[in-house]
Amino acid sequence: MFDPTYTEEQQALVDTARKFAAETIIPVAGEYDERAEHPQEVFEKAWALGLMNVEVPEAYGGLGLSTLEGCLISEQLAYGCAGIATSIMCNHLGCLPLMIAGTEAQKEKFLGWVTRELVFASYCCSEPEAGSDVAGMRTKLDKDGDGWRLNGQKRWITNGGYANFYTGFATIDPSLRHKGITGFVIERDRPGVSVGKKENKLGQRASNTVDVIFEDVHLTDEDLLGRPGQGFPIAMETFDKSRPMIAACAAGLIGRALDECVQYAKERKTFGVPIASHQAIQFMIAEMAMAYEVTKLLYSKAAWEVDHEVKRTSTSAIAKAMGADLAMKVTTDAVQVFGGYGYTKEYPVEKLMRDAKLLQIYEGTSQIQRMVIAKNILVRG
Amino acid sequence: MKILVTVKRIPDPDESLKFAGNAIDTSSSKWVANAFDEYAVETALRMAEHIGNKDRLAEVIVCSVCPKDKRQHVTQFLAMGADRGVIVDADETAMDSQTVAKLVAEVFRREGCDLLVSGKLSQDSEGNEVAQRAAGLLDLPQASFAATLRWDRGANALTVGREVDDGVETKTIPLPAVVSVDLRIVLPHSVKNGATADDHKYSDGARLASLRGITMAKRKKVDVHTPAALGVTPSSHVAVAGVTAPEKRAAGQIVDSAQTLVNKLITEAKVL
Ligand SMILES: Cc1cc2nc3c(=O)[nH]c(=O)nc-3n(C[C@H](O)[C@H](O)[C@H](O)COP(=O)(O)OP(=O)(O)OC[C@H]3O[C@@H](n4cnc5c(N)ncnc54)[C@H](O)[C@@H]3O)c2cc1C
Repeated sequence: MFDPTYTEEQQALVDTARKFAAETIIPVAGEYDERAEHPQEVFEKAWALGLMNVEVPEAYGGLGLSTLEGCLISEQLAYGCAGIATSIMCNHLGCLPLMIAGTEAQKEKFLGWVTRELVFASYCCSEPEAGSDVAGMRTKLDKDGDGWRLNGQKRWITNGGYANFYTGFATIDPSLRHKGITGFVIERDRPGVSVGKKENKLGQRASNTVDVIFEDVHLTDEDLLGRPGQGFPIAMETFDKSRPMIAACAAGLIGRALDECVQYAKERKTFGVPIASHQAIQFMIAEMAMAYEVTKLLYSKAAWEVDHEVKRTSTSAIAKAMGADLAMKVTTDAVQVFGGYGYTKEYPVEKLMRDAKLLQIYEGTSQIQRMVIAKNILVRG
Repeated sequence: MKILVTVKRIPDPDESLKFAGNAIDTSSSKWVANAFDEYAVETALRMAEHIGNKDRLAEVIVCSVCPKDKRQHVTQFLAMGADRGVIVDADETAMDSQTVAKLVAEVFRREGCDLLVSGKLSQDSEGNEVAQRAAGLLDLPQASFAATLRWDRGANALTVGREVDDGVETKTIPLPAVVSVDLRIVLPHSVKNGATADDHKYSDGARLASLRGITMAKRKKVDVHTPAALGVTPSSHVAVAGVTAPEKRAAGQIVDSAQTLVNKLITEAKVL
């Protein structure tokens, strides 16, 4: 049965992540965001403390933590900075296709690599013309003698500019739609792999987002993830397993907004009293607390379902959509609570609002989540 | 080299105090590790580790007098990097410092330790007694309130910078010995073990438990003794007569000028 309590050990993991966010992320988050720079020093420290790749199994040098534990940690990191959290979590996203469909040799090579040293993994699914419509991707995998030739352009690739390897998807025949999708994993230094333009983003600016370009990249069968044409279910399972983490990120943002607002509302005075005395402010704060509880419970349940291998698509989508929408609402209200100051970069809440917006877009937009949820209700019953 | 570090659980000092009759009510308290013990464990770990090498220069054993099922603080220090633990299963809240010191001294003896490191005080009762009493009971040299520490392995001695009222006193003591540590022992350059480069910069403060440390902590060995098995009968040289909250300060007044202030000090407060 789903049990929303946490063990002493899980509390200890949260404790380390929370202190790391307070001591190492929060003091630098604003600057890295402003400069839109990849915070290598933060990642080095996070990696050394074991905060990256937490779900890699022990057999490959990882900690083998559960998805729930991965989520609890992600929440704390996102409390510090959602952009930095996204880039840390991206290694998990990049490794998921390997954990789902990798051969023993692939797992040893790539999962062993991320636990041995600080390397970045990116997940290459989206394209300039295919975001929501995954099956519409055009990156092409052609048979070439014994092996394959990979051509195409991926867009919005988190950590793409720093990745040491890429997991991704291409099609052996676009007309086959989802039946043509094929997974692959390749190192960054393969001839023909290059990085294109870097996005100048609204929020989560410390997280690197770039185009990744494949030009006549030679692949062998050993570079494929699963069998040709069987990549679509791998991509979908990846999303099922990564979406709880986005919801956890939402909980982190909501929790941060709530804490910032409570503190500010007690200090800021209007009409002779702290604004916390005004019922309109109290209600916004109450709704933030409600949003936090809902999001935390939902991501815990979605993560629990991943950990216990129960049918999970719907809960993952509900947690992700609900969390993202609530994070957007709460962070918008947080700017409201701060008034004019909230709109300036002197206070952290405008960044929360900018950062939250991405949660409604990546890993399937809020609309796509609703399609998934509805399909589960109406089609599968 | 074996280092024994005393660690204690205390009611969370950030919580507001609750009273039950004549005593502090800890029934709903959250128990946390004493901060000075974090510094003590950090000190021992810095001594034990040879940065850049795999070899350890010392075994770090954390020792706590506490009910054996209330050992979260011990687990926390094992997660931080201590090698193993020793618990003396007892209700430490009902014991005086002399009893705790006797238990610690006995564990020290039985383990054949070379160094006892303690926090200078625990944040609950702020007694500042256990290290000094244990040194007396063990008849060992001691350096309390250590702010810096250098381990001279050749001479088997410690040079300790002690923070005292009129500055820093430096003293060298032979091992085995007892050291109690103060806040500044966890500054980046406070501890030198003669193996790690002298200019190595540790991160400021006690280290965070790594995730691997946390997952390994439960697998580390923890021995549990009883006071009786250690041959110590709890004494109570000190009895609590009562606990009361300090009187609330009366509300202050804001005055509009220095002149009014002086007048009030003369006429109302009658202090001038
Ligand atoms: C910062 C950032 C980082 C990212 N990181 C990665 C990454 O690491 N790897 C990766 O593969 N991708 C990544 N993405 C891509 C992300 O997953 C896509 O942007 C997302 O899936 C949406 O695709 P799109 O941008 O093409 O929007 P579109 O699919 O063009 O959608 C546009 C709008 O139409 C709506 N819409 C689309 N189809 C429907 C429909 N059928 N019914 C109703 N509404 C619909 C959408 O909800 C949206 O509102 C990232 C994106 C960003 C912005």
